[in-house]
Amino acid sequence: MSEPGFVSVSELGAGMIALRGDLRSKVFRKAAEAGTGLKLPAPCTIVWDGARALGWMAPDELLLVVPEGEGAVTVAALEHALAGQHALVADVSDARAMFHISGPGAREALAKLTPADLSPAAFPVGTLRRTRLGQVAGALWAEERGLTVLCFRSVAVYMRDLLADASHPDAALRVF
Amino acid sequence: MSLRLDTGGRFIDRATPVRFTFNGQPHEGFAGDTLASALMGAGRLMVGRSFKYHRPRGVVASGVEEPNALFALGAGGRHEPNQRATTTDLAAGMQIRSQNHWPGLGFDIGALNARLARFLPAGFYYKTFLSPPAFWKHVYEPLIRQSAGLGRAPQAADPDGYEHFHIHVDVLIAGGGVAGIQAALLAGEAGARVLMMEQTAHWGGRAPVDSVTVAGQPAQDWLRAALARLDAMKNVTLRTRCGVVGVYDHGYVLADEQPPPPGPRHRLWKIRARQVIAATGALERPLAFPGNDVPGVLLASAVRDYVVNWAVAPGRRTVIVTNNDDAYRTAIALVEAGLEVPAILDARGQANGPLPERARALGLRVETGKGIGKVRGKTRVTGAGLCNQRGSGLVTEVIPCDAVAMSGGWSPVVHLWSHCGGKLIWDETQAHFRPDPALGPVSHDGVAFVHCAGAAAGALQAGPCQTTAGQAAGAVLKLLGCKAGAPDHATAEAEAPLAPVWVMPQRAGPALRAKMWLDFQNDVKVSDVQLAAREGYESVEHTKRYTTLGMATDQGKLSNINGLAVLAESLGAGIPQVGTTTFRPPYTPVPLGAIAGQARGKTFQPLRRTPMQDWHEAEGARFEPVGQWRRPYAYPKGESLAQAVRREVRNTRENVGLLDASTLGKLLVKGPDAGRFLDLLYTNMMSSLKVGRCRYGLMCNENGFLMEDGVVARLGEDSFLCHTTSGGAEHIHQHMEEWLQTEWWDMRVYVANLTEQYAQIAVVGPKARQLLERLGGMDVSPERVPFMGWAEGVLATIPARVFRISFSGELSFEVAVPAKRGMAFWQACLEAGADLGIAPYGTEALHVMRAEKGFIMIGDETDGTVTPQDLGLDWAVSKKKDDFIGKRGQARLHLSGPDRWRLVGLETTDGSVLPEGAYALAPGRNANGQRNVQGRVTSTYHSPTLGRGIAMGLVRRGPERMGEVLEFSSLDGPPVPARIVSPVFYDPDGEKQNV
Repeated sequence: MSEPGFVSVSELGAGMIALRGDLRSKVFRKAAEAGTGLKLPAPCTIVWDGARALGWMAPDELLLVVPEGEGAVTVAALEHALAGQHALVADVSDARAMFHISGPGAREALAKLTPADLSPAAFPVGTLRRTRLGQVAGALWAEERGLTVLCFRSVAVYMRDLLADASHPDAALRVF
Repeated sequence: MSLRLDTGGRFIDRATPVRFTFNGQPHEGFAGDTLASALMGAGRLMVGRSFKYHRPRGVVASGVEEPNALFALGAGGRHEPNQRATTTDLAAGMQIRSQNHWPGLGFDIGALNARLARFLPAGFYYKTFLSPPAFWKHVYEPLIRQSAGLGRAPQAADPDGYEHFHIHVDVLIAGGGVAGIQAALLAGEAGARVLMMEQTAHWGGRAPVDSVTVAGQPAQDWLRAALARLDAMKNVTLRTRCGVVGVYDHGYVLADEQPPPPGPRHRLWKIRARQVIAATGALERPLAFPGNDVPGVLLASAVRDYVVNWAVAPGRRTVIVTNNDDAYRTAIALVEAGLEVPAILDARGQANGPLPERARALGLRVETGKGIGKVRGKTRVTGAGLCNQRGSGLVTEVIPCDAVAMSGGWSPVVHLWSHCGGKLIWDETQAHFRPDPALGPVSHDGVAFVHCAGAAAGALQAGPCQTTAGQAAGAVLKLLGCKAGAPDHATAEAEAPLAPVWVMPQRAGPALRAKMWLDFQNDVKVSDVQLAAREGYESVEHTKRYTTLGMATDQGKLSNINGLAVLAESLGAGIPQVGTTTFRPPYTPVPLGAIAGQARGKTFQPLRRTPMQDWHEAEGARFEPVGQWRRPYAYPKGESLAQAVRREVRNTRENVGLLDASTLGKLLVKGPDAGRFLDLLYTNMMSSLKVGRCRYGLMCNENGFLMEDGVVARLGEDSFLCHTTSGGAEHIHQHMEEWLQTEWWDMRVYVANLTEQYAQIAVVGPKARQLLERLGGMDVSPERVPFMGWAEGVLATIPARVFRISFSGELSFEVAVPAKRGMAFWQACLEAGADLGIAPYGTEALHVMRAEKGFIMIGDETDGTVTPQDLGLDWAVSKKKDDFIGKRGQARLHLSGPDRWRLVGLETTDGSVLPEGAYALAPGRNANGQRNVQGRVTSTYHSPTLGRGIAMGLVRRGPERMGEVLEFSSLDGPPVPARIVSPVFYDPDGEKQNV
């Protein structure tokens, strides 16, 4: 899906797993890293390769992003790796919607919706934040190719409308 | 007659004429004009009428402080009242309408009020509309409402776009005059992240008009170079047409931008600034002389602005009246533009500074110790009567003129300084309040976060103005840990001190004081403030409200200081002792659209959609709001809504119905302590639940009142799935996290809200199992999935978790499938069940069926004051557990007493449906004369199954009074008799659900 705005907005499909546990535990770290092939991210950041990403969501929560359709398999692998551990693994692939916003002005378009500081200095590539977007909760992170927004599936239409409005060509501005 | 000059005008483009209409009359202006300058250029000086007396009003100022020239702009949804002509750009085809007159601007019935002025003194409303009390509602209030307000509110929805923008900066600079720009240069060069905002479309403020020299260059040249330097700095953002309107705690600042078309109509900037520099300038004060409100009397600085910036003048012959040197600049500018200045009346005893001397050198007549004792003309000035300032107003000479330029000195714009508590000091020399640098508004760390620069700091002269800009930037940069450079040096012609003049002439009698306007829009005169003082109003805040001084749309930008000086004089007190009224945000009006931002139309609020929402919409479902969800209420098929509900109930009870239950909250609670945690949250025991089984549970708040209910399924040894009500998922999730994080942090439990991961579909009715068997994939026999059990498997090739729970009393399965496959499952059910009579049902059928079974609904049977025991749910409140949330509360005497209203079923004696919320009447009346009551209806429906009205209600000692007939109140008829019965109307033995 693409909107004729001053930035391009597309809706992505992905497998997503919420993983809660003790981030200091070796077993837990190993399981998370094995699930994605990525190193555990520092607080408020996300790491990724082509197909997978591992994001820090809270002091005891990670987000795993895997290719669409791989959610259930990854959950099973994680549950196996974490057997006997105090941890929570939940497939949230269907619970969330993901949008990608790219093009010059992508940060400005999102700064209309979130009170977070999206200047490149405060929100460099690799930063992940959970914040408010319009009137709903969301998470967003910065990659070289643009910004990714995560929200709940039930408000995906609201988010799509909000992003279309925020990226309307008449409402373009460049600040960052 | 006001006019357009043949040459000049910094802001206008004479090559681009712009046509517009004013009250239907065609006129022409130029691109770059404001509405005020365009009308002045078109010879229209009288542009409105005042609020109270409907006096003729002309433009008086050139900026945001304008109290008079307020117009209605646009039509339909774009109609905007009270738009200031001085700050609105002229656009082609604009239709401008003046306000507050009927039938026309020239002839206005309301002007009769002026004749009655003697009978409309300060506090008129308070004095007149006191009695009789009954008159207030029916006579006075409608009358006052009719005459209240200047403009009319728009009647249609606004079609334009509005948005917000969030930004975090080190330094926000409010005001793009030379002081602001100087501060921006210093802060920008030091490497700070700077945002500078200017409320007008032009940088530079007054300096180019006032012939200021900066760094040895004319202000205009310096500005151009400075802006080029700022533009080149990546850490500096510059915005014009962006007014900083409010400063709030912790450096939160609001600014309202009006981007040029076709952009959003307004953009509200929500700024987090570590430091704020208010370079907001100063506002010139009017002089209070008799007739100072006649169109053609303007502020001296405004006259100069119009001549220099837009090449228009309010008249050909302008008398200057002043108490300071600055107004001589206006005289000089007018003469340089080829206009006449017949006299400069200076209230001071002498005027020998460089500016007066220059005026004299130009051959102008300068009269010192003089003032204006009378203004000739009604709808515009025709002459000014000269008098002695120290006298009582005897006019010795009438000078023919068509405009008067007045200057009573300047007041710094201290609003942004004051919004968060910055204190002011009274500056005797300059006769104004200016920021007290020692008492700035402080942030959480006790450090001041607003600093004033330039005229806003009280530095009215060019030299000190730049110095304060350097000081403000230096202070801010020091706090940010940066080093500041030095400001450029600025000069302008020196000015001698002013003489404070609050009333002109000084010894004017009552008749003249009643013609000296302080607040032009609200018609508050010197006499009104003096009357308030005589009547005992000592506080400036009270006087403001009593007289309405400063309560007009301009919020007293021109009138406040003059008014409080008059009050101080009347009270025989010093001005600093009387003090100012409170400066509250916003500095200038912010439209509601800007505040709403994107919360309009499709994005007014988030509407949560289930995976089957599209299907419900396509089926023509009627929706009802449940939290932010919109759930199908019923699916009418060429029938009334009530008929649809009855059909859906019967079909579900006889065949099989489908309900979209995806909105139910689904919280996964996992960990070694999960059982212990849930035992504390729920009133009943959850840790004893077997894996594979479900249990209905209740949650109370700490007071013991029922808060939430739902079915808990034990998924594994250490994991539970807690279902919540549709509206309760987020609240209960938060409730769980709060207890885990703040009280029971030692418990090893994680919670995840999986509400949206699943589509949940209730398959309900005697043919439900048959339907699921047809879908195939898993065993749904009573052995495999017994009542209050659950099983995992595959249905119609979709992974599914099947819960055997019933909220209808029928055989019922709730099937959870991954949300993305929800629609496929729904469709599979419809197809497989076509010959079984399958049909969807909505929330109303759900409600009716649960009421037939006597099941309670959170929000219907509960309202925050109802305990589980009140609802006969004692069986779900553990007596074995040491503790649970609410246990203590429920032990309180009042909650455990026998007289509580408790749940019963109610049946009208005639089978009719009881009114919703009806009270059970009791004999007699209470101390307030109200009828005594002994209960109320909580749910009431027509039961299609029983063919009669059924209801549930809370009645005092209800269960002890089975069979008793009570009377229930009715809004539109006699009381309705109803019998107390068991709340379970249908299948009391539960045979139907357990098959």
